[in-house]
Amino acid sequence: MTARSFAPDAPARERAHSPSMLQRFWQNDAPGYLFLLPWFIGFFGLTIGPIISSLYLSFTDFDLLTSPDWVGADNYVRMFTNDPKFAASMRVTLFFVVFSVPLKLAFALGVAMLLNRGIKGLPLYRALFYLPSLLGASVAIAILWRQIFAADGLVNQLLEPFGIIGPSWISNPRYSLWTLIILSIWQFGSPMIIFLAGLRQIPTDMYEAASLDGASRWRQFIKITLPLLTPVVFFNAIIQTIDAFKSFTPAFIISGGTGNPINSTLFYTLYLYQEAFGFFRMGYASALAWVLLALVAAFTAFSFLTSKYWVHYDD
Amino acid sequence: MTTDAPRLEVVTAHTPSPLRRRLTTILIHVLLIGASIAMLYPLLWMLSASVRPENEIFNATSLWPSEWSLDAYRRGWNGLRVSFGTFFSNSFLISILSVLGNVMACSLAAYAFARLRFRGRNFWFALMLMTLMLPYQVTLIPQYVLFRQLGWIDTILPLVVPKFLAADAFFIFLMVQFFRGLPRELDEAAQMDGCSPWRIYWKIILPLSTPVLATAAIFTFIWTWDDFFGPLIYLNEMRQYTVMLGLRTFTDSTGESDYGALFAMSVLSLIPIFVFFLFFQRLLIEGIATTGMKR
Repeated sequence: MTARSFAPDAPARERAHSPSMLQRFWQNDAPGYLFLLPWFIGFFGLTIGPIISSLYLSFTDFDLLTSPDWVGADNYVRMFTNDPKFAASMRVTLFFVVFSVPLKLAFALGVAMLLNRGIKGLPLYRALFYLPSLLGASVAIAILWRQIFAADGLVNQLLEPFGIIGPSWISNPRYSLWTLIILSIWQFGSPMIIFLAGLRQIPTDMYEAASLDGASRWRQFIKITLPLLTPVVFFNAIIQTIDAFKSFTPAFIISGGTGNPINSTLFYTLYLYQEAFGFFRMGYASALAWVLLALVAAFTAFSFLTSKYWVHYDD
Repeated sequence: MTTDAPRLEVVTAHTPSPLRRRLTTILIHVLLIGASIAMLYPLLWMLSASVRPENEIFNATSLWPSEWSLDAYRRGWNGLRVSFGTFFSNSFLISILSVLGNVMACSLAAYAFARLRFRGRNFWFALMLMTLMLPYQVTLIPQYVLFRQLGWIDTILPLVVPKFLAADAFFIFLMVQFFRGLPRELDEAAQMDGCSPWRIYWKIILPLSTPVLATAAIFTFIWTWDDFFGPLIYLNEMRQYTVMLGLRTFTDSTGESDYGALFAMSVLSLIPIFVFFLFFQRLLIEGIATTGMKR
């Protein structure tokens, strides 16, 4: 290894020769820390510091103008016992996560399987399916969605020839959340690309052997494709779920920042935004943020712990 | 699949006839073309609505306008107190500074993590990876308080400075993966010749890493361009609005009245992203495929 390398178990004899601690640090370690300097400033000033301080703020009343008032666990108690909007936002977000993520991944996998059959025009199809994922985070697309599902929008225009007079989908609490779920599914392109990359890794001779043994396509999918693809499924599921928990812009634009009709699109992040920057209840909003962190952390930990029972690692 | 007797199914399962195989291929293409059209239809609908005369938007189901008009673009461009030209130049400024910051700061950190040996490297690397999973809401409020104390509200600093401090750990991770793949012998040979780590970074690693730097630059541009939440909380003056904030304000002010103008500005706001898609889609798709990016 290199001369700069640090060996923790270096013989004491060698250590005695070597220059002072400071000089050694300067020779061996300083370059690494110098290169990391901008990151360190950001890490402590914009990540670690704020994490600690938001944990503190979550136990206070803080309106940004006067200094924070310690209130103990009041914020958390209120959240779980006496805040219907918190309950509503939790319901909406969980509903969104539970329906949008599996459906999106199912679409992504289905289309990736079709594309993986050696068909012509793969790059073109792949690019076309990917485009919505690239554009989808934009306010422009949220605005487009609002008009598609409006009373006189595209969906109702297309239904009209069939004699169906559709409702205003976005202002009907029964459908409004589904329009957002559809928007999320529409962006199945990026998990699809990851699935495609994963499918390429599966050796074709496995299918040939299975085919010779008379295994049907469905059986091949269940017995070969799915097990070998579980690491990719796992990865996609984690990324998409965390993303779904953090989703903000579409709900904000489609509901005009309100989360209405009757809180049916009140995403958790939207509620947090309202508390923090609408009512300047910064302490309560910090508590909301910590509950979100706990939720995401619990989900991630659960996924990793259960992964050994269903994720197949080939080594 | 056939609906015939299972006996036939078994025979065809392992030796599909050429005819059957061709039929399957055609069927797949039909499916894929159908799906592509369904996916892209909303985008085409928006584009076509933006070039129609005002009275034609909602009684025409065909995508092709009977008459072309760019009037909606004119109405939209000056639809607010401040013109969209200002919003576009604000967005470009923020996005370009963010690209610069991210590429510089993240490549420095990634070089240290991927190529240098120093005490505590693995510890810091693990911490860096943990921040990947952190929901931004947790740091949001203290950051806002900090920037407010620094007097940075209503400036672009809160949106740009964090990029120069490598706050977007995702790109560090992306670059570490790439740097690790470069042959170690390069560094060792250069070091024998007395090259400092800085020279190795600047003269060897960076020039060899243009693909990953370009991928990071493009994604930073697109994500910053699209960012809505940051500008929403930090920029209150309409003169400083980004395109995304301008669109949102336009939605509120025109409400349901002028779809054409709203769509015209929405289309314009998507053009920079679309240009990157046209010219760099291979790079973007490879970037996603190798690291499993979120979008």
